[in-house]
Amino acid sequence: MAMFEKDDLNLNLEATELTLGLPGCTARGNKRALPNDTQENPKSAINASESTKKYDEETAPPTKAQVVGWPPVRSFRKNCFQAKKPASAADQGDQASGIYVKVSMDGAPYLRKMDLKVYKGYAELLKALEDMFKVKVGEFCERQGYSGSEFVPTYEDKDGDWMLVGDVPWE
Amino acid sequence: MLRMASSFPEEVLEHVFSFIQSDTDRNAISMVCKSWYEIERWCRRRIFIGNCYAVSPRMVTGRFPEVRSIELKGKPHFADFNLVPDGWGGYVYPWISAMAKGYPWLEEIRLKRMVVTDESLELIAKSFKNFKVLVLSSCEGFSTDGLAAIAANCRNLRELDLRECDVDDLSGHWLSHFPDTYTSLVSLNISCLGSEVSISTLERLVGRCPNLRSLRLNRAVPIERLANLLRQAPQLAELGTGAYSAELRPDIFSNLAGALSGCKELKSLSGFWEAVPTYLPAVYSLCPGLTSLNLSYAAIQSPDLIKLLSQCPSLQRLWVLDYIEDVGLEALAASCTDLRELRVFPSDPFGAEPNVSLTELGLISVSAGCPKLHSVLYFCRQMSNAALTTIARNRPNFTCFRLCIIEPRTPDYLTLEPLDVGFGAIVEHCKDLRRLSVSGLLTDRAFEYIGTHAKKLEMLSLAFAGDSDLGLHHVLSGCENLKKLEIRDCPFGDKALLANAAKLETMRSLWMSSCMVSYGACKLLGRKMPRLNVEVIDERGPPDSRAESCPVEKLYIYRSISGPRFDMPDFVWTMDEDSALRLS
Repeated sequence: MAMFEKDDLNLNLEATELTLGLPGCTARGNKRALPNDTQENPKSAINASESTKKYDEETAPPTKAQVVGWPPVRSFRKNCFQAKKPASAADQGDQASGIYVKVSMDGAPYLRKMDLKVYKGYAELLKALEDMFKVKVGEFCERQGYSGSEFVPTYEDKDGDWMLVGDVPWE
Repeated sequence: MLRMASSFPEEVLEHVFSFIQSDTDRNAISMVCKSWYEIERWCRRRIFIGNCYAVSPRMVTGRFPEVRSIELKGKPHFADFNLVPDGWGGYVYPWISAMAKGYPWLEEIRLKRMVVTDESLELIAKSFKNFKVLVLSSCEGFSTDGLAAIAANCRNLRELDLRECDVDDLSGHWLSHFPDTYTSLVSLNISCLGSEVSISTLERLVGRCPNLRSLRLNRAVPIERLANLLRQAPQLAELGTGAYSAELRPDIFSNLAGALSGCKELKSLSGFWEAVPTYLPAVYSLCPGLTSLNLSYAAIQSPDLIKLLSQCPSLQRLWVLDYIEDVGLEALAASCTDLRELRVFPSDPFGAEPNVSLTELGLISVSAGCPKLHSVLYFCRQMSNAALTTIARNRPNFTCFRLCIIEPRTPDYLTLEPLDVGFGAIVEHCKDLRRLSVSGLLTDRAFEYIGTHAKKLEMLSLAFAGDSDLGLHHVLSGCENLKKLEIRDCPFGDKALLANAAKLETMRSLWMSSCMVSYGACKLLGRKMPRLNVEVIDERGPPDSRAESCPVEKLYIYRSISGPRFDMPDFVWTMDEDSALRLS
């Protein structure tokens, strides 16, 4: 089984935690709508709450659909600044660098590091995993998970539970 | 009486006219009589064209042969919020081309929301021998190659000011194209550029330009290099920092603080990207003299903001994020009693819940404590009629009032009523109001107040407001000085528009998107009003592939003496007498 682990060497835990939020979400349980222009995979807007534990809560109160050009904030302002929470020493440089996670595979002699920011969706990530570890991961379907291979991608979420990669919307 | 007018030699009249700089007055002079028209047109040096499609370049160069300074605006204001699709228009090249022939002595070009290509910049660089000022605001379409051409060729350049432009930033190398002999720089603003410029090149440039008064750096200039730059230019009046953060190192800090304190004329600060509180005190020595502060890219919390602002008694303009919160605005009102302009931007515009404690209270504080405050842009999440009424009574001298309640159609949070009465109070008390943006839950009643009281209003922005055509009718029939009206997502349709068709010729432009104006009405308006360009913007395809009663996506109507334009993309159609023929 290929596994992700939280990278605890990285000071910025928020960036590597696989929570249901965009990079840079505030720590105050902020429920964000997903910006139209950065949305690759237009699943319905889902609460990006950092306190979500169960799958049910992920689909709970959908945020309002985002309206083009509202609120009237210039794109220059939006691009520059993307709802950063107030700067603190630990956050220096977190926006520029990627979201690095450690990946290990059963039976492999050493771990690998991947930058999740580089990938736009699960398909790309799975392909990269397949290339990196020279294995085939199998077909994913919501009901049965991965089938057709003995390798299954999983990750450890912030609660310490082992989760199947692909259930949660990519964002 | 008639004889007296013609007995003045032209030279005398010209001399008298030279004291009159305001466009409105110049226009008035030119209409007194034919000879004054002639004299005036030969000595007009500065032209402002608020809509580049209202007149053709040839008409301008034909009527005013001796222009030295031109200002042009292109796309409608809502283009700032991505409501105008790419390719809509606003190309400056035809203007540059005409002026290259007509105005060899042109000195100044100021452009806003226009598409500027490298070709245009290159043409500017080689056509105008005495070129001095280039200001590009919210422009796009050019790369740093174009900037290199300007730097290399404009020997008398004083100002190069790029404000929030979308530049194809190939590299910072363009800056090296300023020759070593070039020393006339007065103002440089590269804040919108992403790539790194060579700091040593910048230092040498700054060092050899003794008249440099304004320097706005880009984010890529690190804080450690700032001190040295400042020591090259202690005469600076305006500074835009680069990224304003680093690990706290006492040597960097004291070097910076020292360099800043050496700038005795420094009155305006901006930049502060990624600012950390630890480096803010470096500017403290400047605070007593600061008149303008733009912290709107700095995620600094209210305690640190308060510490800074409480030392700035001369502050006239403040742009800040809503991290300042009500408590910070209260402190601002107490310390900065000379404040004239305040803009509070949202730190988290798309969050569903408030992330800061910024409410109507902050605005009430500043309206009470700052007697000279006349211009406000305020993003918040709650408002009440009572608060707006208090604000209006406190501050009847508002000339620009823009309130954005982030959630559309939010009612008065205390009474759950529409905010009609509150905005009514604003327009009733603020008799000099020239610009207004409204938000929250508003009925037609709000527009009745606006139409009744906002007699000096020139620009109005509406979104998600009103109940019916009556709302639009109140505005169009009541606001005598209305020049620009921009509307989105309001239930306004054909009736008010057609009933007030003549009004549209007295305005610069009207924008309506996601409203209920039908294609049929647009056609009718276009046919009836030959001096209006009625442009339908619709990305769903040709409007006559749908029913006449079908509402158009977007509508942009503007007066023009040069007829329909011919540079439209395939999603824009002009409605006029010929449109029936062209569309079929």
